[in-house]
Amino acid sequence: MMQLTAWPVLLPLIGGFLVLFARMGGLRLQRSLNLLIVLGLVLISIEMLKVSLTGVHQVYLSGNWIAPFGIVFVLDKLSAMMVLITSLLALGSLWYAIATKIDEKGSHFHVLFQLQLFGLNGAFMTGDLFNLFVFFEVMLLASYGLLLHGSGRLRTKAGLHYVVINMIGATLFLFAVGALYGAVGTLNIADMAAKVAVAPAENQGLIAAAGLLLLIVFGVKAAMFPLYLWLPAAYANTSAPVAALFAIMTKVGIYSIIRAHGTIFGEGAGDLAFYWTPWVLGLGMLTLALAALGVMAARGLREQVAYLVLASVATLLIGVGLNSPAAMSATFYYLIHSTLVAGGMFLLADMVARGRGEIGDKFTSAPIMPNAIMIGSLFMFGAVAMTGMPPLSGFLGKVLILQSALEQAWFFGILAVVLIAGLLTIVAMARSGSLLFYRTQPVNHLPGEPMNKAALIAVVGLFSASPLLVIFANPVTGFTELVALQQFDSASYIEAVLTTPAIERVK
Amino acid sequence: MELLIALVIGVMTTAGVYLTLRARTFPVVLGLTMLAYAVNVFLFTMGRLTIGMPAVIDPTAAGYGDPLPQALVLTAIVIAFGMTAFLIVLALKARGELGNDHVDGLHLAANEAPYEKLDQIKANQQSPNNIMQQSNQEVKP
Repeated sequence: MMQLTAWPVLLPLIGGFLVLFARMGGLRLQRSLNLLIVLGLVLISIEMLKVSLTGVHQVYLSGNWIAPFGIVFVLDKLSAMMVLITSLLALGSLWYAIATKIDEKGSHFHVLFQLQLFGLNGAFMTGDLFNLFVFFEVMLLASYGLLLHGSGRLRTKAGLHYVVINMIGATLFLFAVGALYGAVGTLNIADMAAKVAVAPAENQGLIAAAGLLLLIVFGVKAAMFPLYLWLPAAYANTSAPVAALFAIMTKVGIYSIIRAHGTIFGEGAGDLAFYWTPWVLGLGMLTLALAALGVMAARGLREQVAYLVLASVATLLIGVGLNSPAAMSATFYYLIHSTLVAGGMFLLADMVARGRGEIGDKFTSAPIMPNAIMIGSLFMFGAVAMTGMPPLSGFLGKVLILQSALEQAWFFGILAVVLIAGLLTIVAMARSGSLLFYRTQPVNHLPGEPMNKAALIAVVGLFSASPLLVIFANPVTGFTELVALQQFDSASYIEAVLTTPAIERVK
Repeated sequence: MELLIALVIGVMTTAGVYLTLRARTFPVVLGLTMLAYAVNVFLFTMGRLTIGMPAVIDPTAAGYGDPLPQALVLTAIVIAFGMTAFLIVLALKARGELGNDHVDGLHLAANEAPYEKLDQIKANQQSPNNIMQQSNQEVKP
């Protein structure tokens, strides 16, 4: 089973090269190859999830070098869950890209798509801080290409900001990693956690500062206040399937905070144990308040969805900042929900924009779009799920997070922010829904494109995650509790990584 | 040596931050390059400064320098080069599409006009009927 740990990283890499060469066989070959590989990834990640449920950390030593010296890939419940969400989201967004022929608008869409998955899966699987940086860069470089795919003035402008912000983030990442290496002399996350626990007192200030610098870097990825300003423009101006795939990119930041900070500065870290959580909690609350205002102020549907993504990320940050196994379990439940539904919502926003012709997704009245009832019902469904109203999974996730916050000193503050932000987003979504679907003009404009039925499958597929999460709430929360417990048991992670022996050569 | 290295890193970081905060794409690219250099030197010194110590195995050596930061710096240099090259191409593309090299593509100097407007002016100049209209519209510099 050791090899299974390397596959989700290797398959998209090999797949990327295969798809690149498949260019000679035409777009159809590229499409089917890409779909096949993503389907394969889904199967592999389901298999990984099964393996991870045994509760044992699967550690893959690349090059057969034992842990603190070589680079390791670690499969545990959290990474298995993240890889599964990524591949499901990728399947939906790829299907949409093929159905709407967005991939024709520039070259190498499919190659970049595979490399993006390579970077994402690598970031989820790696157990090494510098390797995390490298996978971040792989992921970002592919995302730059995808973001600019199809080009356009606004897209270029948003892309320029996105690239510059992320390059500054990369520099800060290197400063943080360098300072940590200088202080503790290792890069392996597990080894670093073990060494931070016994670090001499005079080094702790330096280590804490480097840890907070690292938090800034992950905050840029997770779009934490005040580092979120790049997100709305970048997500609103890129093509729909790319925006949908990017719904997981903010979660990479959340994941990295949970993985790196939760392990290195976890329970065993002595004076530095969980010193970062008040920052995450406070900034999460600020982000949520500002995201709600952004949802109110958005001028187009895609921008609104981008702010909704920001709101969901902020809710996740609050969950992480609460710092208890129950809150972490609720966070994971909400993470599954928000990633898949936000992806579907970006795709739906694009369908609305296509249906309204040249007016696009702007909040002004337009002629009735074709199949308005179908799209409108889906919009209603997505709005209910995203804003966290009953009966869908967004509500359940928020309730679980608030429930776990009960014993916190800041409980009423958290309650107020979450509920007021929820109310503001509901009002804003109700307003945009009635503008888009009720206040229509008589048909004297050019009507938009007819509804693309094949593309609708992707939206429905991603949205179906929400009712499924409600119906199977018990087993899913049972699973997320296991994930959270394993995540909080960082001692077993450290032990598993550091004691995995190298494979003996067969003579 | 420590003081000199620290000064070098500090000055390069300061210059990099200053240039990155400029509003034009070319200084931004230069600033990010400066920052990348600063972080590379910083990474290198994190293995402690030593003189005359080999990084890889040498039977005659009295001690060893830390080889890991050197490996890290190599990776970081390659990535920074790739990213900078990409950013330069993107900045050129933005210059072409947005009409100027401001990072927001909006703020025009008095004598600048976005490309579409230039095309419009040219088109107007070609057809004599529009000259009146043009002179009404385009008086403002």
